Amino acid sequence: MLRLEKLVKTYKTGDQALKAVDLVVPEGQVLALIGPSGAGKSTLIRCINRLVEPTSGKVHLGEVDLTSLSTAALRRQRSRMGMIFQEYALVERLTVMENVLSGRLGYVGFWRSFLRKFPQSDIDEAFRLLDRVGMAHMSDKRADELSGGQRQRVGICRALIQNPALLLVDEPTASLDPKTSRQIMRLICELCKERGLAAIINIHDVALAQMFVQRVIGLRFGAVEFDGLPEELTPDVLTTIYGEEDWEATIENVNDEDGAKE
Amino acid sequence: MSDISTHIGKPWKKPPFVQRAWLRWVLLIGFSAYLIAAFLTIEVNWMRVYEGLDRGKQFILAFTSPDFSSRSGDIWEGMIESIIMTVASSVVGIIISIPIALGAARNIAPLPIYLICRSIIAISRALQEIIVAILLVAIFGFGPLAGFLTLSFATIGFLSKLLAEDIESMDRVQAEAIKASGAKWAQWINYGVQPQVMPRLIGLSIYRLDINFRESAILGLVGAGGIGATLNTAFDRYEYDTAAAILLLIIVIVMALEYLSGIVRERVQ
Repeated sequence: MLRLEKLVKTYKTGDQALKAVDLVVPEGQVLALIGPSGAGKSTLIRCINRLVEPTSGKVHLGEVDLTSLSTAALRRQRSRMGMIFQEYALVERLTVMENVLSGRLGYVGFWRSFLRKFPQSDIDEAFRLLDRVGMAHMSDKRADELSGGQRQRVGICRALIQNPALLLVDEPTASLDPKTSRQIMRLICELCKERGLAAIINIHDVALAQMFVQRVIGLRFGAVEFDGLPEELTPDVLTTIYGEEDWEATIENVNDEDGAKE
Repeated sequence: MSDISTHIGKPWKKPPFVQRAWLRWVLLIGFSAYLIAAFLTIEVNWMRVYEGLDRGKQFILAFTSPDFSSRSGDIWEGMIESIIMTVASSVVGIIISIPIALGAARNIAPLPIYLICRSIIAISRALQEIIVAILLVAIFGFGPLAGFLTLSFATIGFLSKLLAEDIESMDRVQAEAIKASGAKWAQWINYGVQPQVMPRLIGLSIYRLDINFRESAILGLVGAGGIGATLNTAFDRYEYDTAAAILLLIIVIVMALEYLSGIVRERVQ
């Protein structure tokens, strides 16, 4: 469903963030993207919806070649890709409801959005989504009054109300505590399953990734270093992705936590 | 790592701002010498100051007996004119400043538009209000129209610059999130940018209202209408008690505006 062909991104400074990345994501697959800081994970995600303009290569979403689109057509395609951000990226001075409804901006005209007169179906859907993540009673609160976990739940609703075909998720748990991190990851993966959504999740926490996803991609210096099942992540593999370190603790930890959860 | 033993037991000092010692001393001594020389060139005619002290005393004494009544009609008219001038020029100035501020923010405007808007701001800021007022009085004649146009023009430079700077320092990620949802440009500004800069815009607008009122009192001195014209006439007639009354009124209104802006800024956090 999503196909990257020889995607290259070279920044003006000369840093090559992505070196000819090839990747195919089938319908409904939740995929984790791991790798050290600066490996190009965020760049990869942002090149897909062209928040960062790729230098060369192609991105196909379904039948559409995203890299060749005009601005107007790109806007329409962007509304098919929901994005969830590291620091939640809610507009802090807007209410929870406005933040969720901002996910519909790609479908609603300027004056309607300016006057906050969204179609009733959008409002109903917003309440349904907020209820699904347990936030319906907070709809009129301002986003900066919420805790980190609550904000990320709103962020998830904002991405889902776009009715996307694909979720791009950039470090969803980086600023959350371990328990909330797990709840958020579980929520994202459950919602993807319910709606048959594909997702690319950038994540630093290898253990957390192993717990929830179906496939792991390891990125190092802008190139795919590993592509396989979460169980195949051995200390040797992690060493090739991140460099030399004692990995036993990280992985054992996963199994322990998994055991404790069950 | 350098040898640690060379640091142990020695005091540590913050590195000086100017690294080269000789340059540091040249700058310091040169500046002091210039300052002394500059003061020595100021000529003071002490006889003239002595004579002037008496007039100064009269003026200050007039504040003990301000005369609001004998020219109350003129004062009232001038005040109303000033307030109308202030409000109208602030509203018009703010409305024009907003699009210019958007254009002058490097993170949202393309380079050509950025340069045009920055030039408008630079021109508006380079020309002092009094100079603009003299020019506009020459074009439009004496009266509040020239003052209104002057203040609107000055508001544009002030508000656009500060608002543009606030837009430039906004949180990029919040705006990016709105863009990622497929929003159109205007929607992106309305949802991603406007909420972030709104408190600053309101604060600056009220501050500018305050400045415009004070300026309107000065512009009268060059014939651009308002309470300043009344004040100027009072001085010309040596009616210091009336002048004192006008100055007191201006002080009261400025303080009231100051108080109001404090309240409003607190509310819109």
